[in-house]
Amino acid sequence: MGPATMSESLIEESILSRPTYGTLKIVPGLAHYFLADASGAECVIRVVQELPRDMMEKVHILYVPTPGEAALITSLYALGATRFEHFPTIEEAVAKLGDWLSDAKMGSQLYLAGTEGLVGQGVAKGEECGLDHTAVQCEHRGSLARRVQCVHCKTMIEDVTTQPVKCPSCDLLLLVRDHYSRRLAAFQGVCINAEDPSEEIEIKEVFK
Amino acid sequence: MSASDHLIPVVVSNVVEVNPIIKRFEFKHVNGDELPAFSGGAHIVVEMLDDGTKRKNPYSLMSSPFERDQYAISVRRDDTGRGGSKFMHEQVRPGMQMKISAPVNLFALDLRARKHLMIAGGIGITPFIAQMAQADKLGVPFELHYAARSVSQAAYMDSLADRFGDNVSCYCDDQGESVDLEMLLSSQPLGTHVYVCGPKGMIERVVETATSLGWPAAHVHFEHFLAPPVGEPFEVHLAKAGIDITVGAEQSLLEAVEASGTPINCMCRGGACGQCETVVVACEGEIMHNDHWLDEEQRASRQRIMPCVSRFRGKRLELDL
Repeated sequence: MGPATMSESLIEESILSRPTYGTLKIVPGLAHYFLADASGAECVIRVVQELPRDMMEKVHILYVPTPGEAALITSLYALGATRFEHFPTIEEAVAKLGDWLSDAKMGSQLYLAGTEGLVGQGVAKGEECGLDHTAVQCEHRGSLARRVQCVHCKTMIEDVTTQPVKCPSCDLLLLVRDHYSRRLAAFQGVCINAEDPSEEIEIKEVFK
Repeated sequence: MSASDHLIPVVVSNVVEVNPIIKRFEFKHVNGDELPAFSGGAHIVVEMLDDGTKRKNPYSLMSSPFERDQYAISVRRDDTGRGGSKFMHEQVRPGMQMKISAPVNLFALDLRARKHLMIAGGIGITPFIAQMAQADKLGVPFELHYAARSVSQAAYMDSLADRFGDNVSCYCDDQGESVDLEMLLSSQPLGTHVYVCGPKGMIERVVETATSLGWPAAHVHFEHFLAPPVGEPFEVHLAKAGIDITVGAEQSLLEAVEASGTPINCMCRGGACGQCETVVVACEGEIMHNDHWLDEEQRASRQRIMPCVSRFRGKRLELDL
């Protein structure tokens, strides 16, 4: 985790459970796996273009572009990684990462860059595949929108920007906590007006 | 308080000459009771009463963690050492009563591992024999790579090959064989943990190779017990006890402190666990730091000493004991 001034992430310090992120930096490794979305693409380009050509055979890149965008795909492809694939959704890219890591060897390093939803799901997949957390680096870029789990009905709500948020499945009004589950890669959403469901609470846009 | 304060009375139930330099000793509780449970990689401290000198040396348990009616250790004879292994080889016979500590594990399998990769050099094989029994029963994949000077010195290789088949490989120096660490550590599936026990140089090569290939430190485990080295006798002042003691040439500082009746914490007695770390009150001279515990900065400060393996040369050493 780099000092706050080094990163362009806008995340404020909170409870221990709330992840903080660093700045990607290549470390010694047998293979280097990257997963990024459009906000994180520049981080991948920044570190990979510094590598000597003969290291490119160790580099594997997965990318989730913004719909309709092509320029970053071209730039990432031009890096010359041994494998480069892009997928329309984080879910598909993370599934592919799982395929790649199932054949990976000890000494592999995983680098994740972009929004918290992508980073968190990449971390969880790495752990599921047996990667030690010290072999995973994360750099946060882009929106602060959160992936939230409704703790009552277990629905996953993507791209939450408001506090509180209404669960689309059970309709409860949820306080989005800083309490984060690494296993689920999601913040915990807990009913904010359980004592008095008639209580009116203003919904504000806070995670931009 | 330390593990070796509560010793277990045992009887030597068997002594087996494994090869010209290694003997196996088996112990049962004097009352036939079950011995304490342990996990693969644990060691015990064996108390030796050798003609007025009390020695306590650590040895890895090699018996199965699932068998509690007896413990087994193997001792490699070292004629240049302080005499502990020589005592075991020459004096210890079946039927003899001895005292041992309860097991302590500083080299346990990480049970989160998806595979255990074990690398042994010489007598460093012993903790792995217990660990393989454990991994085998738990159904977790494991591989042992065992380096020895010669086929005749590769203790237990035949029985291990019989029990674990292709999971064990042996490399003999005199056949020009050696473990290709680069290749071995480049081909392990994610989630593998590597364990190494053997000579210092082997441990360093494994740790360096794994680190340079990008293995996380938490996946690299090693154990290197040190025998307390012999040296010149020296005097020490114990400040709290208000006494002066003499450490004999073949005695460790820890043993001399214990012999004086002064309380001191300890566990592994081999420079690895850190329990006996002691504050140095005054030091006019040179501390010979022989442990694996203190870092360079702590050594340079001359304010800490590990009495189990370290010695002193100079005018005055005063400890906070």
